[in-house]
Amino acid sequence: MLYAILCYNDEDAVWSWTKEEDDAVMGRLAVVRERLAPIMGPSARLLPTTAATTLRKSPEPIVIDGPYAETKEQLLGFYVIDVANLDAALDVARQLTAANPGGAYEIRPIALYQPDKRVS
Amino acid sequence: MTDMGWINGAITGARPAAVGALLRYFRDLDTAEEAFQEAALRALKSWPANGPPRDPAAWLILVGRNAALDGLRVRAKHTALPPDEVLSDLDDAEATLADRLDGAHYRDDVLRLLFICCHPDLPATQQIALALRIVSGLSVAQIARAFLVGEAAMEQRITRAKSRIAKADVPFEAPGAVERAERVGVVASMIYLLFNEGYSAGGDPARGPLCDEAIRLARLLLRLFQTEPEIMGLTALMLLQHARLAARFDAAGEAVLLEDQDRTLWDGRLLAEGLALIDKAVRHNLPGPYQIQAAIAAIHSRAVRAEDTDWAGIDALYAALERMQPSPLATLNRAVATAKVHGPEAALTMITPLEERLSGYYYYFGARGAFLAQLGRLAEARTAFDRAIALADTPAQAAHIRRHLDGLMRSA
Repeated sequence: MLYAILCYNDEDAVWSWTKEEDDAVMGRLAVVRERLAPIMGPSARLLPTTAATTLRKSPEPIVIDGPYAETKEQLLGFYVIDVANLDAALDVARQLTAANPGGAYEIRPIALYQPDKRVS
Repeated sequence: MTDMGWINGAITGARPAAVGALLRYFRDLDTAEEAFQEAALRALKSWPANGPPRDPAAWLILVGRNAALDGLRVRAKHTALPPDEVLSDLDDAEATLADRLDGAHYRDDVLRLLFICCHPDLPATQQIALALRIVSGLSVAQIARAFLVGEAAMEQRITRAKSRIAKADVPFEAPGAVERAERVGVVASMIYLLFNEGYSAGGDPARGPLCDEAIRLARLLLRLFQTEPEIMGLTALMLLQHARLAARFDAAGEAVLLEDQDRTLWDGRLLAEGLALIDKAVRHNLPGPYQIQAAIAAIHSRAVRAEDTDWAGIDALYAALERMQPSPLATLNRAVATAKVHGPEAALTMITPLEERLSGYYYYFGARGAFLAQLGRLAEARTAFDRAIALADTPAQAAHIRRHLDGLMRSA
């Protein structure tokens, strides 16, 4: 079975870490990832929510600055895409919208991407 | 995870909102700061044992407010301090306070706190020092080190700035849209000044954290004003410039020119965030000076090698900046890009009329010398370089021009 583990924390606190504190946490996590390599799929560290853009899909698709802030919908899935810039990412989100209207897509740039560690 | 690193991070992260709310409540900066100090001390005692609260800012505001009120009562009645148990039932109150904090109140509290540091009567250095003390919570000793002055002198500077603010009218009512936009602009300038204090100091470890602090404040401002393209631009500009830190100086501490920098040393995470923000800003189609400067920095960041740089794009952006904020410096900056696109002759024609106004400016003669040298006018180039050396502010600047001169000697 594949599982996604979604990471939540206080953004203000985490982005207030000094470089040393940040490196220490990332170092500890790297050790765990290494230990779990046979079962570790891709992982990503996201940029702060200030870098996010949201495409609200209905009634008409509309682009909004910032993260998806409503609480009445639930997180149902995610995509990782490799594109040149935000406009290209929004274009992908619009193509997905055409196939599946309703809800919203939050487009959040990825700060650090770790590929699948499993041996295929 | 409730280790001390997390707790310190949570307290620092919550500080602007908490001090801002306490200031609104007590309408006195010293009382607000003392109340926050007391709340932070209690947090250090209580959070390791009980775990951090769901909303650290709300906890700190409530505890700080109660502590300060107790203090005021004690001073008024000379009665003993109430025991800590009085404050123990925090959970219910925390929820309602957190609800109130989510709205515009919180945003205006933080903006007000930043804004009072930018009082027009205060010189720029005092504005920055005050923001670092009050909003960022750096110690007087840290700020003194960053400004290369003694601790007592900095203490005095901050006290003086505070007393000036205490006498001034601090607006506590919620600002209107125009006023809010003006405040945001003033705060943005202060944040960029703070950044430049750190940036111009280069690798100096005492002043380097000023850049981190400026970026943190800009992210904070952007979170409050998510749709302001100029705040996106300001944040992007600082991120893209700060990303180059590790490459800006060589082992001997000398400045390395952008085109000579080892681009693999640029910080990828800062670059990614800066590029993402400038992408967001551009979509608004409301260009401003911070966005244009960030867009220029973004072009440099996207070039894998210096020779891949889109100089025509940079030339066009500098032309736009020049129209928006005409100044001899804007023209001088543009000339460097023009030289790459249209050749040194065009660049020289562009900057020659500036000579009178930039006669005391190192960069002017450095650029002029470089253009003349490219045109093969070596004697004139040497004269320009000599003047640049005489005007250099730092040994690194002088050394950089001397290398140009050595180049001239070899080609002569």
